[in-house]
Amino acid sequence: MTRGTVSVMEGSMAVAKAVKACRPAVISAYPITPQTHIIEMLAQMVAQGELEAEYVRADSEFSAASVVAGASATGVRTYTASASQGLLLMTEVLYYLAGARLPVVLTGTNRQVSVPLGLQPDHRDTMSFRDSGVIQLYVENVQEAYDTHLQAFKIAEDHGVLLPTMVCMDGFVLTHVVEPVRILDQVDVDGYLPPYEPVHYLTPERPSVFGSYTDDANTLEFYYLLQQAVLGAKAKVELAARDFRAAFGRSHGGLIDSYGAEDAEVVVIAMGSTVGTLREAVDVLRREGAKVGLIKVRCFRPFPAEEVRQAASGADAVAVVDRAMSFGFQGVLATDVKAALYDAPAANRPVVMGTMAGFGGREVTIDTVREIVKVARQALDGHLPAPDDSNFIGLKPELLPVAGPG
Amino acid sequence: MDKPAVDPYQKMMFAPGHRACPGCGASIAVRLVLEATGPDVIVVSPTGCLETFTSPYPYTPWGVPWLHVLFENAAAVASGVEAALRSRGSSDRVRVIVIGGDGGTYDIGLGALSGMFERGHDVLYVCYNNEAYMNTGVQRSSATPLGTATMTSPATGQAWGEDRPQKDLPAIAMAHQIPYVATASVAFPADLRRKVKQAMAIRGPKYVEVHSPCPIGWGYDAAETVELARLAVNTGLVPLYEAAAGQQLRVRKIQQRLPVTEYLRRQRRFHHLFADANGAHLVSIQSVADGNVNRWALEG
Repeated sequence: MTRGTVSVMEGSMAVAKAVKACRPAVISAYPITPQTHIIEMLAQMVAQGELEAEYVRADSEFSAASVVAGASATGVRTYTASASQGLLLMTEVLYYLAGARLPVVLTGTNRQVSVPLGLQPDHRDTMSFRDSGVIQLYVENVQEAYDTHLQAFKIAEDHGVLLPTMVCMDGFVLTHVVEPVRILDQVDVDGYLPPYEPVHYLTPERPSVFGSYTDDANTLEFYYLLQQAVLGAKAKVELAARDFRAAFGRSHGGLIDSYGAEDAEVVVIAMGSTVGTLREAVDVLRREGAKVGLIKVRCFRPFPAEEVRQAASGADAVAVVDRAMSFGFQGVLATDVKAALYDAPAANRPVVMGTMAGFGGREVTIDTVREIVKVARQALDGHLPAPDDSNFIGLKPELLPVAGPG
Repeated sequence: MDKPAVDPYQKMMFAPGHRACPGCGASIAVRLVLEATGPDVIVVSPTGCLETFTSPYPYTPWGVPWLHVLFENAAAVASGVEAALRSRGSSDRVRVIVIGGDGGTYDIGLGALSGMFERGHDVLYVCYNNEAYMNTGVQRSSATPLGTATMTSPATGQAWGEDRPQKDLPAIAMAHQIPYVATASVAFPADLRRKVKQAMAIRGPKYVEVHSPCPIGWGYDAAETVELARLAVNTGLVPLYEAAAGQQLRVRKIQQRLPVTEYLRRQRRFHHLFADANGAHLVSIQSVADGNVNRWALEG
């Protein structure tokens, strides 16, 4: 029996309700599409007295992140949200939060990064701080967005973790979609998420210093400890999901979630809202006779290398659907999947195909997946050379420059 | 055995032995500010000399809680600290102050500072103004005075150093209609302490700027810090005043005004001005001082 009362609401409202239920003491934000509905609803909750929080209307995303940094260092639970350029503007602070071990929770409502300027989702924004030490969780639907925000505070504030944690949800597709969501009672949320107990915080009773200057004598050790903390968060991400299922009867996966991957010849790996379409594609393609499976990477940092390896190493081919790429190399997720599979025994190390799809919100349909699986199948059967590392699915030739002289 | 002696530095808010240069004006300013605020404060600093010389891990002279985040966000960080104190119910007992340099205040941190002012946070922002980026090796900031030679406003060829007037940041602070703005100097410690106490008695955003000479960046003997700071005030180049809600409250009068050359000639950063045969630039700088005297009625 899964807990909560079903209401039909916009994804942003579900996130706002989740954040409210977590009782943050300080919220700070700066408006940017498609994050705005979340922070508007939180502002209303504060104004109406439903949520007792300090709401700081910042002068930029940079300041919003800085406000929650200061508040978190003062020992209270904090929240912010942004997207796209706003997240990029926060980046310097996000690196700081991770290094200073401040467990801020934020929502990244994924949106493409300029240029070209656009409002639609891909993952270039949140993945741009892949290397910061921020924990990143990608969600598939509105219910998962709601549930994962509760889990995010639990993970971030675990005394063995103490790291900023970001819930990444595709803009519009999840923020502006209206879906039925199970909303938990406050008492249930309070039972799952205890009040924040800071370890280190600023107080005149016990003066301490945050943000020291270091040199070659100690920096390596700071990085070592940060790596230990981020890696250690893997177990806490799993634990938060297990505890959640025990309490409320539902799960969206821990570090990963797999669907039909056990006996699949071709496994598709993706993150975020695309995964919902891919589940249906697996059903359709299996009915058509193709042994296709799916791995959802739910936690992107820390990266679940061992879990991906175990789930994918039985397949002949792995097709990674990437919504972010490292220009001059390949898809960001594909790179990590390849690195994870490198450690699989050579005999069951699948071919990995990187595919670029879903950029700037372009829809990934069942036909897209059919095309991806067909290319993988042909490559496996030796009919085609293995596709290159960054196969742009569905390129429109009419929009590309005509090859001219020279 | 005698009981171990109490560590005399344990109770200090800002202990000696930190890594500031001899004669550092900023370190004098910090000590005076904390003497006025007392220990129940949380101090936020942007990146800069103060941050660097007070936090070489694992050492610190800070006897009060201190937070450094980044260069351009001290005012926003302080806003968050203050919001957290309010939510904890301890904002009556614990107050928030920022102490940062002119680079982090006038230039890269100005947007965050304006936000902190207009949102009305109960924070005292103290800018120790040493008139350039000293931590990175003396480059000009928008607080660098006319005629100053720095590494990025060199006096060479036709160039005579900084060729733009200083940004008037206290006026920008006043334009936010915040309840208290003051300028002070390390040469007048009683005046500085009084202004900080005055600021701390008021709820809301406050801005106090402290003129803080830098022996390295300005080029003078470390023993002369206070004397130079006094000359800056007594020539009219650094007016000391207080304002509230955009209106001037009071001014520290100059007893016996000196020509700006008395101040300029003692600093390497202005030496090139004296090599100029017609002295036109010295006249320009004198007219800055004259303008201040008129604007603030510093005489009589």
